[in-house]
Amino acid sequence: MGRTLAEKIWDAHVVRSAEGEPDLLYIDLHLVHEVTSPQAFDGLRMAGRGVRRPDLTLATEDHNTPTDNLITIADPVSRTQVETLRRNAEEFGVRLHSLGDAQQGIVHVIGPQLGATQPGMTIVCGDSHTSTHGAFGSIAFGIGTSEVEHVLATQTLPQATPKTMAVNVTGELRPGVTAKDLILALIAQVGTGGGQGHIVEYRGEAIRNLSMEARMTICNMSIEWGAKAGLVAPDETTFAYLKGREYAPAGADWDAALEYWRGLVTDDDATFDTEVTIDAGTIEPFVTWGTNPGQGAPLSASVPDPASFEDASERSAAERALAYMDLTAGTPLRDIAVDVVFLGSCTNGRLEDLRAAASVLNGRKVADGVRMLVVPGSAKVREAAEAEGLHEVFTAAGAEWRFAGCSMCLGMNPDVLTPGQRSASTSNRNFEGRQGRGGRTHLVSPQVAAATAVAGHLAAPADL
Amino acid sequence: MEKFTAHTGTGVPLRRSDVDTDQIIPAVYLKRVTRTGFADGLFSAWRDDPDFVLNKPEYAGGTVLVAGPNFGTGSSREHAVWALQDHGFAAVIAPRFGDIFRGNALKGGLLPVQLPQDAVDTLWQAVEADPGTEITVDLAARQVRAAGHAWDFTIDDFTRWRLMEGLDDIGLTLRHEADITAYEAGRASFRPRIATPA
Repeated sequence: MGRTLAEKIWDAHVVRSAEGEPDLLYIDLHLVHEVTSPQAFDGLRMAGRGVRRPDLTLATEDHNTPTDNLITIADPVSRTQVETLRRNAEEFGVRLHSLGDAQQGIVHVIGPQLGATQPGMTIVCGDSHTSTHGAFGSIAFGIGTSEVEHVLATQTLPQATPKTMAVNVTGELRPGVTAKDLILALIAQVGTGGGQGHIVEYRGEAIRNLSMEARMTICNMSIEWGAKAGLVAPDETTFAYLKGREYAPAGADWDAALEYWRGLVTDDDATFDTEVTIDAGTIEPFVTWGTNPGQGAPLSASVPDPASFEDASERSAAERALAYMDLTAGTPLRDIAVDVVFLGSCTNGRLEDLRAAASVLNGRKVADGVRMLVVPGSAKVREAAEAEGLHEVFTAAGAEWRFAGCSMCLGMNPDVLTPGQRSASTSNRNFEGRQGRGGRTHLVSPQVAAATAVAGHLAAPADL
Repeated sequence: MEKFTAHTGTGVPLRRSDVDTDQIIPAVYLKRVTRTGFADGLFSAWRDDPDFVLNKPEYAGGTVLVAGPNFGTGSSREHAVWALQDHGFAAVIAPRFGDIFRGNALKGGLLPVQLPQDAVDTLWQAVEADPGTEITVDLAARQVRAAGHAWDFTIDDFTRWRLMEGLDDIGLTLRHEADITAYEAGRASFRPRIATPA
């Protein structure tokens, strides 16, 4: 019987398999950042262990780093955490892209950018948005600090075999509708727990027609509906993206890799444990109204009435969400005014995202009273955007053009919402307090973010 | 890691679904480089509310958290597990867990127990009616017992054995180091290798 893509990759990485035990899986690439690694390196030191494969390990600074300068981390606790990573990287011989380095950036932006993320790999990081790398046809998932230590010490992880799921995306995305709208609509359809225990393969013409960056946006949010990992089969779009990048294979290795990569497809006679279908052609610009990524609706809709939810726990979650978000059922989503617009993150902080937002902002102004932060996903994204003059569009519109990092996606660095502030954010989580205590987050696409900044309330470019 | 065979303690009813790891411990508390001292960050945004369950004196000594579905979704921060343990929790019961949280909890010896919603409802009612209700989470028997009820739960044999023996995962894996070395010898040359610092 045929195998799914996920099963092929899994099977190719089993170091050891025994009845009644989880498979021992080899890890091709371990990405590391400052937040989830210090206790892991400490564990190695206490046990007298080293890093088994520094050449399969890559570190960056992103969560705590400021985006207003490349030198000073004002918060001493943040600074200590970053300095701890620097010491650990040096002690254990791990490549680190520090603040100010030309390759520094969000861990999930720099892996693909360097060509270190390739088809058919196993990739882990102490970060749930590791699922991003699945866009290249890899099994990529987030792990906790104990597992970070395990991978540093052994380059393997014991893993129970997940189930497989197909998300069949039929039809075509309409003009003005993006990968972000698609994934938000999917999560609203299946719920935040819908993918639990599954590696998900996103399939169908609408997926095939997406760029690599758009595929990364989709795979990035796999974790937001509970999936273990999300992936897209590699194709010519993938290979064209990779060719010539720093860590992409070259010469005879490229040919060998390409031959292997072309086999990384789900066989026609393979079966998935679960299948979900979503029609891309019916999707509109999509935004969230609540406090989990499944609480979303088309921008043309209104804030739902909690009483309309049949499930008791969904109903009480909606009641709590409306109270936290200070929203009233029945309010048109377009009437919701925002204080802050955040364009960035591992979900939507890449060059295409900046281009899309700039095309909306070009010749327009950010509304009075609205603060817009534009934070490139990496130093290289910033450099490329500046080469195209995008920064001039942003600053002319009155937005802040900042340095790379996780920024306002999570409240760990100076970029935070103040209590009660409301944001339209291109990031991935609208959890209570995620962007700063008491902050209220609406997840949106880059286009909607830009239009919202201009309008001062949730809006699509067509509304301007 | 300490051995875990069974735990008996009082329960804390957390009547919420989708309690994500940002709510368990906000990012601002993740800046520490140690493995302990995270209890002050536990559910910090809710601790100002006197009605929040952890602020009620009758639940102060609870060691078994009983929560709604999708507990521990979101970020991979193991700090969420450490914060719950620092507070004194030994087990969390919920109808469904975020996968990464569940994995992290099992690494650290905080037992995540998946029970159906009706069992969770029964536990909530029992614990709210009498906060002194004892809940036994019996890993050896794969069973939760409380207020005259008993519910079986599933956990794979290997993980159960590892927890009951209190074994270090890395040590277990390193017993198979020869297999790892053999696997590495067969890896394709086109796989990326990071340029390590000189």
